[in-house]
Amino acid sequence: MKSSSRFSIHARNFRILNLLCVLYVVFFPILARAATPPDAPAVIVIQNATILTVSHGTIEHGSILIKDGKIAEVGQSVKAPKDAQVIDAAGQFVIPGIIDCHSHIAAESINEGSVSVSSMVNMAEILNPEDIDIYRDLAGGVTAANILHGSANAIGGQTLVIKLRWGQPAAKLPFEGALPGIKFALGENPKRSNFSIPGQPKRYPATRMGVEETIRGAFSEARDYKKAWDDHNKRSAAGEKNLIPPRRDLRLEPLVEVLEGKRYVHSHCYREDEILMLLRVAKEFGFKVRTFQHVLEGYKVADELAAAGVGASTFSDWWAYKVEAYDAIPYNAALMTRRGVIVSINSDDAEEATHLNQEAAKSMKYGGLSHDEALKMVTLNPAMQLGIDKRAGTIDVGKDADLAIYNRDPLSGYAVVQKTLIDGRVYFDRQRDIAERADREKEKKALIDKFKKAAEKKAEEKKPDTAGPSGQKPTEKKPEEKKPEVKKPEEKPKPPQSDGTDSATIGVMPGGAL
Amino acid sequence: MKSTGLIFRIALVVSALCALSAIAFGQAQPSTTYALTHAKIFTLVGNTIEDGTVVLHDGKIAAVGATVEVPAGAQVIDAKGLQVYPGIFDSITQMGLREIGAVSATVDSTETGNYNPDVVAATAVSASSEHIPVTRAAGITEVLAVPGSGGFDSGGSSNMIGGQASAIHLAGWAIDEMLIKKSAAMALHWPEIETQTFDFATFSRKEKPYSEAKQEYDKQVNELTDWLERARHYAQVMEKGSPAKYDRDLKLEALVPVVRGELPVLVFADRSREIRNAVEFCDKQKLRMILAGGEEAYKVKDLLRSKGIPVILRPMLTLPPDEDDPYDRLLLQPAELAAAGVTFAIASFDNSFARRLGQNAANAVAHGLPYEEALKAVTIYPARIFGLDDQIGTIEQGKLANLIVTNGDPLELTTDVKYLFIRGQLTSMDNRHLRLYEKYSKRPKPQ
Repeated sequence: MKSSSRFSIHARNFRILNLLCVLYVVFFPILARAATPPDAPAVIVIQNATILTVSHGTIEHGSILIKDGKIAEVGQSVKAPKDAQVIDAAGQFVIPGIIDCHSHIAAESINEGSVSVSSMVNMAEILNPEDIDIYRDLAGGVTAANILHGSANAIGGQTLVIKLRWGQPAAKLPFEGALPGIKFALGENPKRSNFSIPGQPKRYPATRMGVEETIRGAFSEARDYKKAWDDHNKRSAAGEKNLIPPRRDLRLEPLVEVLEGKRYVHSHCYREDEILMLLRVAKEFGFKVRTFQHVLEGYKVADELAAAGVGASTFSDWWAYKVEAYDAIPYNAALMTRRGVIVSINSDDAEEATHLNQEAAKSMKYGGLSHDEALKMVTLNPAMQLGIDKRAGTIDVGKDADLAIYNRDPLSGYAVVQKTLIDGRVYFDRQRDIAERADREKEKKALIDKFKKAAEKKAEEKKPDTAGPSGQKPTEKKPEEKKPEVKKPEEKPKPPQSDGTDSATIGVMPGGAL
Repeated sequence: MKSTGLIFRIALVVSALCALSAIAFGQAQPSTTYALTHAKIFTLVGNTIEDGTVVLHDGKIAAVGATVEVPAGAQVIDAKGLQVYPGIFDSITQMGLREIGAVSATVDSTETGNYNPDVVAATAVSASSEHIPVTRAAGITEVLAVPGSGGFDSGGSSNMIGGQASAIHLAGWAIDEMLIKKSAAMALHWPEIETQTFDFATFSRKEKPYSEAKQEYDKQVNELTDWLERARHYAQVMEKGSPAKYDRDLKLEALVPVVRGELPVLVFADRSREIRNAVEFCDKQKLRMILAGGEEAYKVKDLLRSKGIPVILRPMLTLPPDEDDPYDRLLLQPAELAAAGVTFAIASFDNSFARRLGQNAANAVAHGLPYEEALKAVTIYPARIFGLDDQIGTIEQGKLANLIVTNGDPLELTTDVKYLFIRGQLTSMDNRHLRLYEKYSKRPKPQ
């Protein structure tokens, strides 16, 4: 990620660059944005594939019949109707679409970091269906993602699960029926350990003690608020007239939903003490933590996590980017699994999400999980954690046809996604993408040429009036440059930094989920 | 490619037991002679030996081949079913210079000021960094520690000249034992023409007109030119006069090998414009350039090949620089550079992600890079680029015995390194992560 733009346009073409910026705003959809998504044929059959069902083993030379976006049949002897569109997957591997339990793609912004409880804000309201990272992750086999608020606050914003339906409008992205969530965060980020903005006073909380009290305080209020409404509703139901309802509180409403089990808590955390702290607070107020996110010291308290029935969603092998990540180990996922915790491997990062299959494979090396257990880390387990396992996470009849097709066993560094399907539609096709590249380049070049010409013409027209005695032209007013917002998920230690800086740099960058 | 039967495993364990017991934390006695027998040996020079022996003696590879005799008294490790490779060389890291990214007290990677040619990475490499054993366990036997690559501690900026990069073995009680080459390259961060920057003082994004950005860029390049000019004058004075006759300038003195073309400059640049500018500059200044980063090296591959400039590529598992680039833009590049005849290595540019080096190379293979080229890009090519190929990078008689014994392809995610030798010594693969894993695996169920 950059703190600076890196235009590759030469000096003399700078005015053209300005025009290009306008051009990009106007024409970008043609260049890189999604084409209208392909209509889903009513019936598709994927044939000759090695099918890793996740729920019931591997089927060699198997077929999957898809009808109206759902999996209709799976097996070695599937009879496809004559009108079915055939996808020949000979020599290829089909797995359930990858589910990323911690993502910040498709979001215009992710951190309302000004307050310690920002439960009033909602990621659902700022979805950006044109975020190119949707397509990039789709090309990595990801079909669904848990779009989280950042970790700047003890209680953060509301969250939702989306499907990566590239090319569809924002309204079509949410995973239908998936329970919404809310982001909590513990440790260094909500206490702002690594982020101080000059001139700004410290924000409460500044310790892990304060983080606990912030959460307890908010839930005390939420409990009172719920009681006020419950009383009101009871009296109203009893037929009392002329009642004045309690004043609505948009900050407390989502917390009441948590208390009522209608909203999942996804809590960012690192250290064992803060994990146990939130379990105690949850018990005190009678709510459930659905998942601990990152949970890099989860292996230290795996039994407590298992006993509480909380899911753990972690990184494969990130460590040492800050103190609370110094005890992180790549064995975390395997150790927690062995102690009975449902574990998923997540990305927290648009690039990491493009190879979650590989990240899952590492739990075989570190801790000796089986092939099946490893694959579950990015399919069935995150589906269970997000409460969408009735519709996703395995290849079973009746489930959504959300599938990723690889050229070889996906638990390998050599596997490449060939196709990604959501609801039975091919949203990503590697061959199609490659085939379209030349045309896209041509189109881009044609547009650039057109605007170069326009710029030259404009310059010529201007010449007589603008060339003063000194021969200097007045400086043109520079149009707004369209720069994609630099988005910073979490503390985000991205492995491959593109500016040669270290991974921790990300943590201090602007605009992100600090 | 899991190991074969139980008997084999027992034999393996017994044969290595006494050796292993001696290497709990550091290295075994240097005098030990080892023979790895019945191994499949990927020498990376010529053909792979299907069933061969490697003899390690006195820190070096004493013999390698299909019909090599085991010397008397040698510690024999039966490597049947296993494979031997040169140790992996991660040729851009901040190993030992940065422990915990967010804690500046543990970070020594970037000195303040823009010109620090006299600072040397090896000076600050902490031999007891936890990163070293963790990285070693991934089969990485040596790294280049590079100063001045920016980061948290430097407020996000990079020096122009960051200092001298040091090539080190990832084993040793103290830095002196770890050194391969104290000064292997001079790190130089090529300036960008930046119209948008982030100001850490005010924590806000700033924009400036191109003309202003270009002026600043020109100023930086002029300043660099000036430093090099002064270093040339200094070199002349050094040649003519005795040290007593002129005032020593340590910074200029450090630049002398650079202007003489003896020490290569490791130029960090990613965009094609910056790369072209840097190539032109180094050409004019007669500097030996190694390009580092090179996200858009593919756009200038003919230039790089014709000038003979090698590239250290950052991880291919990086999103493309532009939104309208193909999604796999960086993954495709190694194959394109190889086809164009550009010499390149792949490096992690990191510490905690150093162990992803093999994964990155494997992904490059998945996108068209020939497998052997990928192996060489993390072994002999970086060794050659930094002039260390007489010592490391292949399994040849006379080279330093830095090698790994694995149960499969070292670039694959699930492969385990079974034995690791650094300078001929069987080296422990114990590390912080393994210790914490073992400790908490044993935690009794809470009451």
